[in-house]
Amino acid sequence: MEEILQLLSEDARLTDAQIAERTGISEAEAKDAVAKLEKDKVIRRYKTVIDWERAGIEHVFGFIEVRCAPERGVGFDAVAERIMEFPEVHSLYLMSGAYDFLVVIQGGNMRDVAYFVAEKLAPLDHVVGTATHFVLRRYKVDGDVMVERAQAKRLPVTP
Amino acid sequence: MAKTRPRVARRVQTLRPSGIRRFFELVERMPEAISLGIGEPDFITPWRVREAGIYSLERGHTHYTPNRGIGPLLQEIAQYLDRRFGVSYDPDTELVVTVGGSEAIDVALRTVLEPNDGVLIPQPCFVSYVPCAVLAGGRALQVSTSVEHDFQVQVDDLAEAYDEGTRALLISYPSNPTGAVMPRAGMEALVEFAADRDMLIISDEIYAELTYDGAHCSAAATPVGRQRTILVGGFSKAWAMTGWRLGFAAGPADIIEAMVKVHSYAVMCSPTTAQEAAIEALRGCDEEIDQMRREYNQRRRVMLNRLNEMGLSCFEPKGAFYAFPSVSATGLTSEQFAERLLEEEKVAVVPGTAFGPSGEGFVRCSYATSMPLIEEAMLRMAGFVSRVGG
Ligand SMILES: Cc1ncc(COP(=O)(O)O)c(C=O)c1O
Repeated sequence: MEEILQLLSEDARLTDAQIAERTGISEAEAKDAVAKLEKDKVIRRYKTVIDWERAGIEHVFGFIEVRCAPERGVGFDAVAERIMEFPEVHSLYLMSGAYDFLVVIQGGNMRDVAYFVAEKLAPLDHVVGTATHFVLRRYKVDGDVMVERAQAKRLPVTP
Repeated sequence: MAKTRPRVARRVQTLRPSGIRRFFELVERMPEAISLGIGEPDFITPWRVREAGIYSLERGHTHYTPNRGIGPLLQEIAQYLDRRFGVSYDPDTELVVTVGGSEAIDVALRTVLEPNDGVLIPQPCFVSYVPCAVLAGGRALQVSTSVEHDFQVQVDDLAEAYDEGTRALLISYPSNPTGAVMPRAGMEALVEFAADRDMLIISDEIYAELTYDGAHCSAAATPVGRQRTILVGGFSKAWAMTGWRLGFAAGPADIIEAMVKVHSYAVMCSPTTAQEAAIEALRGCDEEIDQMRREYNQRRRVMLNRLNEMGLSCFEPKGAFYAFPSVSATGLTSEQFAERLLEEEKVAVVPGTAFGPSGEGFVRCSYATSMPLIEEAMLRMAGFVSRVGG
């Protein structure tokens, strides 16, 4: 099961037959296993890793530290729900340490991100402060290295 | 005028040039070929190991080490062998760190052979065994293995090749080039064979981590085996550290002490940077090794299926990263098959004969190559086989 997940996390387009061949199970077993993983929402959906920069489509990412003062009876979850509903919010994490939420905003340009923070995030109830950091370059994202590097070479035939 | 004498010793002149070398030159002229002829991992050394090497250099650790190797590495190797294979060695007297498994094999043979001593060498086998035995002054007694026995050497065949002057048995499981493994019962039979004749065993277990159907059984796993086995291991394969040139030998103290002597005169010590990096390899890389092993296993299954589907019958290789299919259905010899496959489909495999006469009729296909390349190579190979008639 873990091996199937690992394979699909690398390449979501693998067919049941390919999964079966690689893991040494039958195609029917692979099909059932994947169906169950989908049904149990272990596999939430399949998507594509895109290098937007290479596509010439501008994307700006802002990492916003958010400090909160949740009220009695209103936990972090309630605040989080208000934040994550905005489509601009790419990721949202509750953090330990100097601030409470880390909000990753994806926007077309810096102005979009700044506007979102000023107009939507900062004025939210219970939010007491924000600090905005813009991403200058993405080197590695979710395990994928985004910069080209020369491949190490091997001799063509060795013992 | 004095007569000129040959400048190269006869012993060296008569060494056969490696069958790999000739093929290398053919493939080198064809950079666009997909090579399944590579005997080293396609993975790069795990970063944490490379980083440890960099740190070692940063601290200026650029001097010789003790001949035997640095203490912390010897300790890690001892713990590792115990943890993984249940064989225990005293790091102070029963281990030596060598320049790859290659040097360990060479030094072991030079340490134990008297002139003309016989060494039983099951083949097809790694290319260095016979030359190293010869260079050490020994006689290489080659013993064929066959696909009928999954390329596991048979005691009867060893007994037939054995003579009074036979000193050692040199085995390697998991095997390069066949991918064969030796299960416990078979290993115990080999140990008994050697013990009955008071022979030493040199056991090249460099692929020990790469088994796909049950755990590796070391020749030193039984008390009888342990007292007459020189166990050779190394970092090249499982840790993807070929270029670092680091391996080791483990064995009874009297032999290892003598090997340290030979090793110290030959190379002083193994590379310092590599030794320090290898400590991290043993301490922190279990997960990386698991991941690489899992990926090799996936490729192994794909390659094995495709070879059998295209009509090249292939027994199931259970270790290392090679498949060793028979090409006899095509009516071609190993060399003809490999050369024509390269010419016509731009796929490189190594003729089985490069690893000894009993490799005739087989080719070695390495799956230490990415899955997309393996899949493409298998497609081309299937086309070739159906054309020549499989
Ligand atoms: C069976 C076998 N033994 C030993 C070696 C040598 O490895 P090392 O890089 O440790 O010298 C190899 C390398 O291909 C091998 O396949």
